[in-house]
Amino acid sequence: MENIGALSILLAFCFAVYAVVASVTGRLKKNSFLIVSGQRAVYSVWLLLTVAAGLLIYSLLTGDFRLAYVAAHTDSSMKTIYKFTAWWGGQEGSLLLWAWLLSTYSTVVVFMNRRKFRDMMPWVTSVLMTTEAFFLILISFVLSPFGVLQAGRGNLVEGVGQGLNPLLQYWTMVIHPPMLYLGYVGFTVPFAFAMGSLITKQPGDAWIHTTRRWTIVTWLFQSAGILLGQGWAYAVLGWGGYWAWDPVENASLLPWITATAFLHSVMMQEKKGMMKVWNMVLISGTFFLCIFGTFLTRSGVVSSVHAFAQSPIGKYFVIFLAVGIAATVILILERLKYLKSEARLESVVSRESSFMFNNLILVASCFAVLWGTMFPVISEAVTGEKISVDAPFFNRINIPIGLALIFLTGIGPLIAWRRSSVESLKRAFLVPTIAGVALMALLAALGAYEHPFALVSFGLCMFVTATIFIEFWKGASAIRAKNGIGFIPAAIELTHRNTRRYGGYLVHMGIVFMFIGYTGAAFDVDVTKEVAPGGTFQLSHYDVHVVNIEQGENDTYAWQRLAVDVARAGKALGTLYPERRLYKASQQPTSEVAIRRRLNEDFYINFAGLSADNRRAVIQAYVFPLVSWIWIGFWVLAFGTIVCLIPNKVKLSYARTQVVGMAEKHAPVQN
Amino acid sequence: MNTYWKFGAIVAVIIGVLAWLAMGGVTESKTYYKEIKEVTQMGDRAHAEKLRVNGYVEQGSIVRNGAQVSFVLHQTPGMLQKDPVRLAVVYSGIDPLPDTFKDNAQALADGRLGQDGVFHASKVQAKCASKYEAKPQMKTDATQPKAQARS
Repeated sequence: MENIGALSILLAFCFAVYAVVASVTGRLKKNSFLIVSGQRAVYSVWLLLTVAAGLLIYSLLTGDFRLAYVAAHTDSSMKTIYKFTAWWGGQEGSLLLWAWLLSTYSTVVVFMNRRKFRDMMPWVTSVLMTTEAFFLILISFVLSPFGVLQAGRGNLVEGVGQGLNPLLQYWTMVIHPPMLYLGYVGFTVPFAFAMGSLITKQPGDAWIHTTRRWTIVTWLFQSAGILLGQGWAYAVLGWGGYWAWDPVENASLLPWITATAFLHSVMMQEKKGMMKVWNMVLISGTFFLCIFGTFLTRSGVVSSVHAFAQSPIGKYFVIFLAVGIAATVILILERLKYLKSEARLESVVSRESSFMFNNLILVASCFAVLWGTMFPVISEAVTGEKISVDAPFFNRINIPIGLALIFLTGIGPLIAWRRSSVESLKRAFLVPTIAGVALMALLAALGAYEHPFALVSFGLCMFVTATIFIEFWKGASAIRAKNGIGFIPAAIELTHRNTRRYGGYLVHMGIVFMFIGYTGAAFDVDVTKEVAPGGTFQLSHYDVHVVNIEQGENDTYAWQRLAVDVARAGKALGTLYPERRLYKASQQPTSEVAIRRRLNEDFYINFAGLSADNRRAVIQAYVFPLVSWIWIGFWVLAFGTIVCLIPNKVKLSYARTQVVGMAEKHAPVQN
Repeated sequence: MNTYWKFGAIVAVIIGVLAWLAMGGVTESKTYYKEIKEVTQMGDRAHAEKLRVNGYVEQGSIVRNGAQVSFVLHQTPGMLQKDPVRLAVVYSGIDPLPDTFKDNAQALADGRLGQDGVFHASKVQAKCASKYEAKPQMKTDATQPKAQARS
């Protein structure tokens, strides 16, 4: 069976190469049979990889421990769902997932667009399949998921398996990697279209219109992937953090930042025909950062707490990146004359410039994160000493950047195109500014002045919230006055009329909620105590009473559990049960923290182990203010993104009022 | 042109501020990544700079003493006390030691080398070799039969 799997991958590689050759030759020789055969080769790649993935999943589920991959990542006592997720629990499997997802995307793209863009599609196909072929080289020649353990060489008892790392046996980890991969892989599609339009010298925005939904959906997947990772770190790793500027985390953030910049700057191209070169650079950058991210996580070039695989695939990635980037740069330079800007920047206070600053700051942040992540490699190359930079470096740069961004989130959508008068600025921002300053004054009076960044952040969040609320309120009031419906239906009607604009506001609102959550971290408190059963301690306004320690075991792990009563001001809040487990297959201990989640703050308790005399429990307790708003913010963001994807209610009659370059505040400036 | 000048000036200011922040950030948080044998070769500089040392925890060397935890790191895994390339570490940070920190685990200790030759760590990270990937020796097992599987 493993032979069929390996053979499928090998054949898929051949078909991918064929698809590239057939599409390019077919296009150049104007042979439509070749082009169509190239498209069919794309479908075949998908079919073959589906067979390979199916076989791997089957082996994982049935516990075929002859396979090295199955033995290393599952054990017979694991739940079925985790056996399935072991598909992406290791190097080979996750590369297969990458390849399979890309072939799925490619199939959908080719099928949907095969009759449109006849001259561009062969190039799109060939870019997609070149990337596909690269990943197939890795899993067919370098790291096969279907390697068989040689008899006598396996360092484990046949029939048991080593098990998936218990830290990964958690629900968000089940969907975090595929989400992130859906994001990583998805950016190949807009990139392929961008390259296709460059090669065919199509100056227009066809590629942007075609890929807008792809980009948005992909961006949503990537946001979900990052947030799930944060949620996992928070609930599983036992220290209550959700972000540590670890290279792997940074690797997922980098393409997200450039993609966010891209989502904004394409509006400049659609509305004003500006920033065409820049958009090419951004989408190419996003694609290569996705590949780079996979490289970083999968090659071990930068050491990290996420034990990287030390593997031979690094050099393949370097070659692919070097060739790909060089080709893209040459292509963009070659086609510069087709990418001329159609308008000029007229004022520093204008929608155009707010987009530019948004882009500048995002790209600066991306550059800083990339620089910090690669600092050990760079410093070793320059000075011969490996120097790493830490969270303080990243925070120092990214906190001011984050504040500037949230400020632009508030003002950008309300500034007029071309130029804005002082009068209109005052009209738009007077109330939000007062609201923001008032909140800051109130919080400062309550003692928050010790954390100036947090204070500014809350003020700006209030400012942005006010601008968004006023936008909805103004629009909905007009509809309500005209149609005589309630405020909520009017707001829904308003959103439906221009989903991009109001969906965008919702996404912004989600970002504001997330910022509120991140800002809460400035007020975290924690304590570490050794407490015997019956003992008590205090943290912030919580009284904690340790009731008892229980223990037991089941097939998978042995456990010790603490029962802890939590009370505030004499009022009982309930009992929490933090737990420690020792997994049998991997001999790895894990902590199952207990969290009391509330909107204002989380009470988080970790049972870190027993003291040296085995009589007292070592307890870490934390209070994390506002952290739930991060997760709420994500749901709002996801909802807003989906709203953006809904077509406008009355497209034609609305578009008539739209005069490019003359848009005033109430014109449908899409956002 | 005027607009472009203004725009350029603002861009320059933003980039300048960020560069300044970055410089400060690097100076504040730069940590020299050293192997244990390199620490001994650094001489006096070893005491001056923040270091991050990578090593393997000696079997049975972890001793908890109240909030402090002391242990011994070795350059290569599985070494015993007589191995000369070793570093005694005392951890007295606030955060709990990670679950993956145990005998023979690969650990990263951040901190400073004291004049007494003991490494005072403020942060300890441990990477469990099996966290995302099989152990290196497993790796060879997994990669070697590949040719066989393909043929």
